[in-house]
Amino acid sequence: MTALERVVREEWGRLVALLLAQFRRLDLVEDALADAVEAAQVHWPSDGEPDNASAWLVTTARRRILDRLRAEAMAARKEPLLATEAERRPQEGVMADTGDVVDDDLLRLVLMCAHPALPPEGASALSLRLVMGIATPDIARLFLVSESTMAARITRAKKKIVTAGIPFAIPGTEAIGERLDVVGHTAYLAFTAGYAPGSGPDLLRAELAGEAIRLARVTHALRPSDTLAHLIALMVLQHSRRDARIGADGELVLLPEQDRGRWHHDEIADALAVLAGAGPASSPLSESYRLQALIAAEHATAPSSQETRWDRITDMYAALEVISPSPAVRVARAVSVAEAEGPVAGLALLESLGMTGHRLPAVRGELLARAGDAQAARVALDEAIALCDNDVERRHLESRRAGLDAPGATAERT
Amino acid sequence: MKRYLVLIAYEPGDWEAAGPEERQIYIDGHQAFHDFVDEHGRRISGAALAGADTATTVRQSAVTDGPFAETAEMIGGYYDVELPDLDHAITAARLLPPSYAVEIRSVIDLDAAGERVG
Repeated sequence: MTALERVVREEWGRLVALLLAQFRRLDLVEDALADAVEAAQVHWPSDGEPDNASAWLVTTARRRILDRLRAEAMAARKEPLLATEAERRPQEGVMADTGDVVDDDLLRLVLMCAHPALPPEGASALSLRLVMGIATPDIARLFLVSESTMAARITRAKKKIVTAGIPFAIPGTEAIGERLDVVGHTAYLAFTAGYAPGSGPDLLRAELAGEAIRLARVTHALRPSDTLAHLIALMVLQHSRRDARIGADGELVLLPEQDRGRWHHDEIADALAVLAGAGPASSPLSESYRLQALIAAEHATAPSSQETRWDRITDMYAALEVISPSPAVRVARAVSVAEAEGPVAGLALLESLGMTGHRLPAVRGELLARAGDAQAARVALDEAIALCDNDVERRHLESRRAGLDAPGATAERT
Repeated sequence: MKRYLVLIAYEPGDWEAAGPEERQIYIDGHQAFHDFVDEHGRRISGAALAGADTATTVRQSAVTDGPFAETAEMIGGYYDVELPDLDHAITAARLLPPSYAVEIRSVIDLDAAGERVG
């Protein structure tokens, strides 16, 4: 990673926040910073890297913004001097050109990008763009949409911020918790998009999931909350299995078959420490993250698949279903009950359950196969295969289906 | 300061059907909204509107009977206010009677030539 790439990756959000605090012009700030990065790509290789890379970028971007403000004032036939008001105005915050910024400015930016008045997908994309500094084409790739679609989504979100007057501000103490929950949701949405994409050739895009965790960590460092802590623990635990989820030929490897040596055990230890230090959940949302993190922790700490404490996991899923009932939670609970008490008990929980997508028929097919009903299992798996739009997962379902056709295959399982 | 049009929609007949105590909830909600806006910005205007069944819609040269859209809820009143930002507008809107659906729209400044200003 070059010095420039490092600055962009680690400092982008701070630089955006710093310039926004001074100029309050989202439309100018981002373009100016992008211009500054372009200029750095040209100048740094020949002139050498500046001692303070972020200060160099801020100074260059600030010059561009002032040029634009002057041009706007001229175009509006106003007194050109008016445009330089921003120059003369005492700068807010403590910072001059050192590239430092008070953390509150970054928190303002995080909260602005994840404002509840923005559509959730737009908020996720905008957070990755403005806070994390990920280029729009990369965000498009991570969300599996075309570059023009993603560019339009980000533009719409920025336009809404400017037009509707979404503030670059930290809300009062009574509202900040609610707003941080939205940031968490925004991060989790991006994480989920990376962890279990619905379509396309790659089973998971670990990079997006990693960036989502980074967004949550940055926010948690600025304003710690039990909700964010539980969410970070949950995401890190799931993320720690990323390498083991994909086999040598890009095929899906399910939890029981995963090589536990390929899990990132340092990350698991870190997540367990976060979970232990998070304290009790202060809201149902926080509690639902906490229970999911505890479930993930049971898997992460089981020495082998056979030694998984399914009895504990079924209890936690039952508690989770009380707090946030949904078909997806019911399906996950049925899987755990099937492990703890057998496939028939799991199937009983799925009776008369409705859920769109391939997941429900896939689980039903698997449990029917284990219960020895190969015929019903084939029907369910066929349905799942028809509904599945992720190439890797569909191949897994197809091989499971093919295994049922082999004579004696179900007998072995039962 | 930004200027917002706060559009208030509710089920027709809610107010007429309300008893004295329920009506007081409506009155208190509007008073809380007034107080908040006066403290943080400025009330430019506001009014309750006659029922959508008496509305007139003008499209090009055609004048038609009725509101823009037939919905169960109708625009029953509005406030034109100036407040620092959307968060203040949302806080103010939440003070209004809870049975309302409130739409907040930014007012755009146009210059004499019809170009957007700011």
